[in-house]
Amino acid sequence: MGKKEFVVRRVFQLVVLYLAIASMLFFLFRAAPGSPLATFIGTGFTQAQEEAIRESFGLNDPLWLQYLKFLKNALLFDFGLSYTTSKPVMQLVGERVWNTLVLMGSSVVLAYLFGVPFGAYLAWNRGELTERVGVVFALVSRSAPVFWTGILGIWLFALELNLVPAGSMTSPGATFSSKFALYTSLDFWHHAILPAVVQAFYYYSLPALLMRNSMLEVMNEDFVDFAELKGISDRMVMLRHAARNALLPVVTAFAIAAGYAVGGSVIIETVFAWPGIGRLMVNSVVANNYPVAQGTFLILAVLVLLANFAADLAYGYIDPRITYE
Amino acid sequence: MSETESIEGTTAATDTGGRTSLRERVAFLKEDRLGFAGVIVLTFVVVVAVFAPVIAPYDPAATDYYASFEPPSAAHPFGTDNAGRDIFSQLVYGARPAVQVGLFSAAAVALIGMNVGLVAGYYGGLIDDALMRLVDFAYGIPFTPFVIVLVGLWEPSLWTIVLAITLLLWRQTARVVRSAVLNLKEKPFVKSARTAGASDRRIIYRHIAPNVLPLTFLYGSFAIAWAILTEASISFLGFGDPDATTWGQMLQAALQSQALARDAWWWFTMPGLAIMATVISAFLIGRGYEEQLNPQLKE
Repeated sequence: MGKKEFVVRRVFQLVVLYLAIASMLFFLFRAAPGSPLATFIGTGFTQAQEEAIRESFGLNDPLWLQYLKFLKNALLFDFGLSYTTSKPVMQLVGERVWNTLVLMGSSVVLAYLFGVPFGAYLAWNRGELTERVGVVFALVSRSAPVFWTGILGIWLFALELNLVPAGSMTSPGATFSSKFALYTSLDFWHHAILPAVVQAFYYYSLPALLMRNSMLEVMNEDFVDFAELKGISDRMVMLRHAARNALLPVVTAFAIAAGYAVGGSVIIETVFAWPGIGRLMVNSVVANNYPVAQGTFLILAVLVLLANFAADLAYGYIDPRITYE
Repeated sequence: MSETESIEGTTAATDTGGRTSLRERVAFLKEDRLGFAGVIVLTFVVVVAVFAPVIAPYDPAATDYYASFEPPSAAHPFGTDNAGRDIFSQLVYGARPAVQVGLFSAAAVALIGMNVGLVAGYYGGLIDDALMRLVDFAYGIPFTPFVIVLVGLWEPSLWTIVLAITLLLWRQTARVVRSAVLNLKEKPFVKSARTAGASDRRIIYRHIAPNVLPLTFLYGSFAIAWAILTEASISFLGFGDPDATTWGQMLQAALQSQALARDAWWWFTMPGLAIMATVISAFLIGRGYEEQLNPQLKE
C-alpha cells in the first residue's frame, strides 16, 4: 500500500473513531440519572412550559432520531447553545481553544528542550551515581501532581517572591487588537510562564526516560560498535551515531505527549484560572451545563485523536524502514 | 510434556520474563534498593490506611474554630486547617481512598488488559481487529476529562472513580500483552501443545498466560501510580467522594481557603508529599521490575 492510501485510510479511521466517541458520550449522558434538563427547567415552570422546552430541545423525538441528529451535529461541530449564556458552544470553544493550545504547546516544547538532552546525559553516564540520581529525579517529577507543584509555584513565585502573577492570562483591563497581538505580548508570557514551566516539569520525564532507554538500546547495535572500531571518539559516537538514531521513538512520542497534555489542561487551567477549554469543561460539568460539557469534551477528544494521528504519520515519515500496511 | 514446557518457557524468558517462581520474581528487590524502598513505602501506606482510626489522634472532620490555621505543634503535629481540623489525622485517613482506588483500579486494569491482550493476540484475525480498534478507541479519549464527565454525571463516589479509571487504563496493558502473545504463540512449546490436542483455552491460560504475567504485573504497578494520581486530581477538581477525606480534597480546600496567602505551608505541602511518596513508590517498584525483564536498561 502506498503512502497516500495509508493517509486516506487513517483519515477515515479518524472520523469513525470520532463518531464512536461522540456516540459513547451521547449514551453516557442519556444513561445518567436525572433528566437532561433537570437543571435547565426551573421548579416554578408549569407542565405546559416544561413540555414546550422539551419540544424545543427535541427531547420528545424517539431516541434513535435524537441520536442520529446528535451525530450529524457532532460532525458539523454544532453542539448547541450554552444553558447559562445561550451562546453557541462552538463560539465559547473558539474563544478559548487557542489559549489552551498555546499553553500546552509551549509546555510540551519546554519539556522536550530539557528532557531530551537530560535523557541522553543519563544514558551517557550509565551506571554512575549521577544516572541513579537523575532517574529518581525524573520519577519524582512524574509523581508530583501538577496541581500541587502549581500550588507550590504560585506560593513561592507569585506570593512570596512576587515575580509573576498568581493566575489568569492577562492583567486586568489589558486589551489586545487580535489573538496574535495577545500571544506575542509580554503581558501574556508573564502570565503564561509559571503554568508552562509547572506543566513542563511534569512532562519532561517522558522524553527524558524514553531518550535514556532508547539510547541504551541503540548503543548495543552493530553500527555503534562499528563506529567505535573505526576509532571515532566516544563523544562523537554518542552524538553522531547513538543519539541521532535514539531520537526516533522520542520524536514520535512528542505527539503522544501533546495528547496527554491536552487531557491535563483541565487541571493546570483550573489551578491558574487560565481561560482555556479545559477549565471551561470543568466549570460546565460542575454547573450541569450539558451542551458545553459535551462540546468541550469532544473538542478535547478531537485534539487527542489528531495528536495520535500525527504520531502515526511522523513514525512512518521519520523512519523509512516502516512500511504502510 | 511438562518438562519440555518449562524448558521452552525459559527460552521465552528473553521476551517476556518467562516462568519463574514468586521468590525469583521478587529477588530483584535484593539488588535494587530503590525498588525495595518503594515496597517499604507502599506497605507503610497500606498499613496506615488499614489502621487509620487507631493512628489518627482526631476525627479528621472534627472542626474547632478556636484552633484554625495553627502551625505544627505538639497537639497538632502537622497543624490545622481553616476550620481547625487536624491535618495529620486528615493525612492518615487520606491513605484509605488512595489505597482503595490504587489497588482496585490496578487489579481491574491488569485483569482486563491481560485477557484482552491474550485473546486478541492468540486468535488474531477479526477478533484481534475488533479488540485493537477498541484499544484505539480508548486511546482517543482524553483521560482526565473522561473521568470528570463520568464522575460528574453519576454519583461522585470512590467506586465511580475506580470504574472510570479502569474503563480507559486497560488499553496499555492490552496492547503490550498482545504483542508479547504474538511472539509467544509461534514458540515450539505452544505448537507442541496444540499438536498434543490442548484446547485453545488451555493453551492460552496454561501455556501463554504465565509468560505474560510479569508484563501484566509491570503495567499493574504503573496503573497503581496513575490511578492514585488521577483520583487526587479528580478530588482536587471537586469531583471526589464527598464522604471521604482525600489528599486531593485537602489541597482543593487549601487553595480555596487562602492557605497560600496566609502562608499555611503545613496545609498545602503535606498532602502533596503524601501523594508523591505513594505514587513514586509504585513507579520505583515498576521500574525495578522492568529492568529485571529488560536487562538492557540495567546499568
